Amino acid sequence: MPSCREITFLISKGLDKESNLVERLAVGLHVLMCDRCRNYQTQSQFIQKAAHRYSEQLKDRLEKNNKLS
Amino acid sequence: MLLSAEMNTPNQLSEALLAEHRPVLFRYALLQLKNTELADDAVQETLLAAWQASANYEGKASLRTWLIGILKHKISDHWRRSNREVVTFDFDEINNDDSDAAEDDYFMSNGHWNGGPSTWNDPEAALKQQEFWTIYETCQNNLPPKMAKVFMLRELVGLEAEEVCRETGLSDANYWVTMHRARLRLRECLEIRWFNNPKPTEENDHA
Repeated sequence: MPSCREITFLISKGLDKESNLVERLAVGLHVLMCDRCRNYQTQSQFIQKAAHRYSEQLKDRLEKNNKLS
Repeated sequence: MLLSAEMNTPNQLSEALLAEHRPVLFRYALLQLKNTELADDAVQETLLAAWQASANYEGKASLRTWLIGILKHKISDHWRRSNREVVTFDFDEINNDDSDAAEDDYFMSNGHWNGGPSTWNDPEAALKQQEFWTIYETCQNNLPPKMAKVFMLRELVGLEAEEVCRETGLSDANYWVTMHRARLRLRECLEIRWFNNPKPTEENDHA
């Protein structure tokens, strides 16, 4: 059985690149039983979303900061 | 109709083809220059230089890699001209950091979590709060430099994984490890500083 260390690595990799069926099954089965890896899965997706949002907002953020300084 | 770079003969890089890369170049420049106007200028100069030099583009590197190469020159020109202490994040000047083996703190030797993710309360709501973004930025800036660079090139600038590897000299395998460690660190930082940290409410403010 893959460990949490290995499963979270596969979860991260899957955010960037399509995982293969074996990897998806391993992750899917593991997170059914493991709360912490399930949390890691949703949180790493959230972090990706936040990073994209941060990037979209960076221009406005910098313009605001420049005005203040 | 857009032609792929490979189909173009030299010195026929069209403006449309170049302009396609403007958003990525702009985000790249913005992260380094931290100023919208300067970033705009650098990108403009880059596209102009690329257009003028399109005969030199041999189609060996991808067009975007070539353009980023020009942009880097424009950015270092800027620092040289402004002739002041560079306190900003310079993608080129960082190479090694202490990020090796950092992942081991998160897991025990048997591969189980050491501590590990607790459940976060309403992450979507956090995205709407200004204070959250300040914390996010702090956590992102606290990543070791090389890790931050890899993460930002991929998630903020929007380069493909292979392009990030080329830019940073990482192997494919190291790229996956680095991105994973960056996520583990960001996750922990956000959990400690935001999700597990009682936020000031209006009531607390008046107490």
